[in-house]
Amino acid sequence: MYTQGLDQQGDGPTLVENEQDLLEKFQAKVDAEEKIEPKDWMPAAYRKTLIRQIAQHAHSEIIGMQPEGNWITRAPSLRRKQILLAKVQDEAGHGLYLYSAAETLGVSRDELVDQLIDGTAKYSSIFNYPTTSWADIGAIGWLVDGAAIMNQIPLCRCSYGPYARAMVRVCKEESFHQRQGYEIMIALSRGSDEQKAMMQDAFNRWWWPSLMMFGPSDNDSKHSAQSMAWKIKRFSNDELRQKFVDATVPQAEYLGLTVPDPDLKFNEETGHYEFGEIDWQEFYDVIQGNGPCNRQRLAARKSAHENGAWVREAAAAYAEKQRQRKEAA
Amino acid sequence: MSKQQWPLYEVFIRSKAGLSHKHVGSVHAADAQMALDNARDVYTRRMEGVSLWVVEANAITASEPEDKAAWFEPAENKVYRHPTFYEIPDEVKGL
Repeated sequence: MYTQGLDQQGDGPTLVENEQDLLEKFQAKVDAEEKIEPKDWMPAAYRKTLIRQIAQHAHSEIIGMQPEGNWITRAPSLRRKQILLAKVQDEAGHGLYLYSAAETLGVSRDELVDQLIDGTAKYSSIFNYPTTSWADIGAIGWLVDGAAIMNQIPLCRCSYGPYARAMVRVCKEESFHQRQGYEIMIALSRGSDEQKAMMQDAFNRWWWPSLMMFGPSDNDSKHSAQSMAWKIKRFSNDELRQKFVDATVPQAEYLGLTVPDPDLKFNEETGHYEFGEIDWQEFYDVIQGNGPCNRQRLAARKSAHENGAWVREAAAAYAEKQRQRKEAA
Repeated sequence: MSKQQWPLYEVFIRSKAGLSHKHVGSVHAADAQMALDNARDVYTRRMEGVSLWVVEANAITASEPEDKAAWFEPAENKVYRHPTFYEIPDEVKGL
């Protein structure tokens, strides 16, 4: 899944003269498309921005397992169940690649996990919506993972080496996610009237939240410029959102779906779709913790973490015992 | 609950016989065997490898990036170590 860049830190540090010199060398390196690696000097704000962004991204993957996990036991066939299990396992894997990348910046896994559970860290708004029908699983794979791909492909070229490398792995796996989702939709589109209605209903509920995944509009995204200069970000939120709409509308038409936007129309001159205004109030409400499922998602994560404590402790005790036995022998 | 974090292990994968192991990321685990199990689940879900190494991260000694210039300079100024340094007439074959 993906990052929304919700609260990027863009303020530069106060610099002493020596740092000014380091900063210029750093920027020159970034400008020359050289990668920054963990032990290289980097501005404190660059480090902080990356930790937040990668952590948010990792948390999104982990929380993102919940809406889809909801349907594993109720998948309509063994084939679908196997696929969904593999997909949810991939999301866990993506979370772990990303935590691993964040840790190279000097933050510990425990800190990251704590920040998620105590609610100080954010994650993508999209996972605070419920999955009320099987068609939602199709819609998520197709739309949510589709939007994630748009966001993540440019991140494969991010200036920070470990993040870029993690994204290459993620992107390779994400394409399966999107295609399995679209295949679910195709099956429904060829089904009964009830199945078609279920598909349209899922599409109606996921369309706008998917567009919100790209983050605030460019006018309100004040830290974007710094992230662009650091080559953490390559395209603006609105540019990526437009790409997504252009790619997705024809896919919806193929399925016989109606896009829930009366203002949507194709502009022959620009070659792009024009679309209606996003409900930004809803976006900010969900970000601030008041979406349909925010409390449920965090409570589930917290309880999984707490109920797993004895396993972590037992494993640590076992490892310690083995170590002592080895030493005694 | 105790706050002792499991140690970090760096993960290396040999993608197929004949190639070297290559670093791919890291995992936390209580011990080396668990690190191997976790690395298999996290990094080889799509036949990425035929062999895995895990190494405790704090067992790795690394060169410092600040020393890069001085550290690698001896290799840089010995161009005669490369075959292209030597001029051989075109008509001589097999060299």
